[in-house]
Amino acid sequence: MTGKNLTQSAAFLALRAAAIITLAVLFIIIIYIMSNGLRHINTSFFLQGPTSMGRDGGIAPFIVSTLYVSAVSLVIAAPVGIGSALYLSEYSKGGLPVRIIRFCTETLAGIPSIIFGLFGFVFFVVSLGMGWSVLSGGLTLACMVLPTIIKTSEEAIKTVPDTYREGSMALGATKWQTIVKVVLPVSVPGIITGIILSIGRAVGETAAVILTAGSSLRAPVSITDPGRTMSVHLYVLTMEGISNEKAFATAAVLILFVLGINYAANKTATFIRRKV
Amino acid sequence: MRSHEKWVQGILFILATTAVLTVLAITFFIFSEGLPIMVDRGVTGFIGSTRWEPLSGSFGILGMIIGTIQITLGAIALGVPVGLACAVYLAEIADRRLEKILRPGIELLAGIPSVVYGFFGLSVVVPFLREHFPGNGFSILAGSIILAIMILPTVVNISENSIRSVPGDYRSASLALGASHWQTILRVILPAARSGIAASVILGMGRAIGETMAVIMVTGNVTKVAGSIFDPARTLTGNIAIEMGYAAGEHREALFATGVILFLIIMVLNFSTTRFSRKAGDVK
Repeated sequence: MTGKNLTQSAAFLALRAAAIITLAVLFIIIIYIMSNGLRHINTSFFLQGPTSMGRDGGIAPFIVSTLYVSAVSLVIAAPVGIGSALYLSEYSKGGLPVRIIRFCTETLAGIPSIIFGLFGFVFFVVSLGMGWSVLSGGLTLACMVLPTIIKTSEEAIKTVPDTYREGSMALGATKWQTIVKVVLPVSVPGIITGIILSIGRAVGETAAVILTAGSSLRAPVSITDPGRTMSVHLYVLTMEGISNEKAFATAAVLILFVLGINYAANKTATFIRRKV
Repeated sequence: MRSHEKWVQGILFILATTAVLTVLAITFFIFSEGLPIMVDRGVTGFIGSTRWEPLSGSFGILGMIIGTIQITLGAIALGVPVGLACAVYLAEIADRRLEKILRPGIELLAGIPSVVYGFFGLSVVVPFLREHFPGNGFSILAGSIILAIMILPTVVNISENSIRSVPGDYRSASLALGASHWQTILRVILPAARSGIAASVILGMGRAIGETMAVIMVTGNVTKVAGSIFDPARTLTGNIAIEMGYAAGEHREALFATGVILFLIIMVLNFSTTRFSRKAGDVK
């Protein structure tokens, strides 16, 4: 009996150790980057353009590119993703077409980002003649985040109780009216959580963006201009050994952004739980 | 009114087919760019050769396939035990306080961009390995360590879900027979959840194989096949990302062909996960 308890205590200790190791790794990464990066961040880092390839100056154009590319990707992916989720959860009656759609959504979620990059390069950049541009990058990212938006929206729509739908239909509303006036408003927080997570993915993506949006040092003005996102900038700074200081500062900005994204996603998630 | 409803349904159906069209388009473009050179060089010249010398027209990717396998196995060996332990901890014995930090912590790990992991690896892991082990630090081991951290969220989340989906009766029956909690976990719960755990490992593997930026930054990217975990190596993803910027003609086709191989590997893994998840569904 004591042997059994001893084994259990040792095993549970090991499990707890694994949990603590995981947290320790996370804290080491965040603290290391923050402690080396934050001291190189000031307002001019956010407001100025880079000089001598990024050795000096700030990251203003890269912030613009990042926001621009992410915005384009979401403007495309959000309506398509929410529409797909509505079809899958409200209209489809199962069967082969739905199985194919679901299978492809799963597949899309598993395709590596570099493959999206290759595809975006040969399709958007070369075949459609969009060149390295915010538009090519945004479209490529839209393909990448589409599965996330479909899945989270579908889950959000599923949480809407059927009684709501029945009540609305009983009052004489059509199916579409029920969706617009009842189903969507109730599932909005869940859908927003999915969109926030997609923004996080779009901002952090590098491999697909470098092949489709380019790495121009100037801020894009038109949607057909090339641009360099913050992630791409961090990659270039590090791999070309341009500036360790600026690399730390850029990494710190990215971490801050991820923290913000997670905080926002959790806030909307709590909001849903309180409402339901 | 009715025709209006029909229109809506039609439009939503078209939107829902976007995912299908995207997968088809990706498959078509990657294969149409990559296949010609694969056919031209044949299996032995492309997959069976370790000679990658774009300037002299040799495009053998066996070295990159081996590199990808080595780094991925290392990541699995390091990441899965820790991830699985975390999953068991969260599902079975977590105390409230630690759970409250661990869960958002794992979410945060999943949200950190891969280029930031690569940067961390380059500035911490690589110098550490250089100082304490043979070689210059850029190595298979460095890649495996960084990837092990990156696949943790996948392994933890999916394993935990499958552990939680084991029926409570199993646990009660085992405990009622006098087994300790640990014996129950080891002999009853983990075996019952094994399909889901296998799926989590395969998905983690897929993430590791497909990861690009973090790997490029820490593995040294040498095309020579590594003899030890302290040697540098190049992965399939790395091969594409590093050379795509300046490749043209046959060289570019060869990079797309590298993409074809990567795509096929990922598809095989995806198929096997769906099989495993279906089996996992049976347990419920």
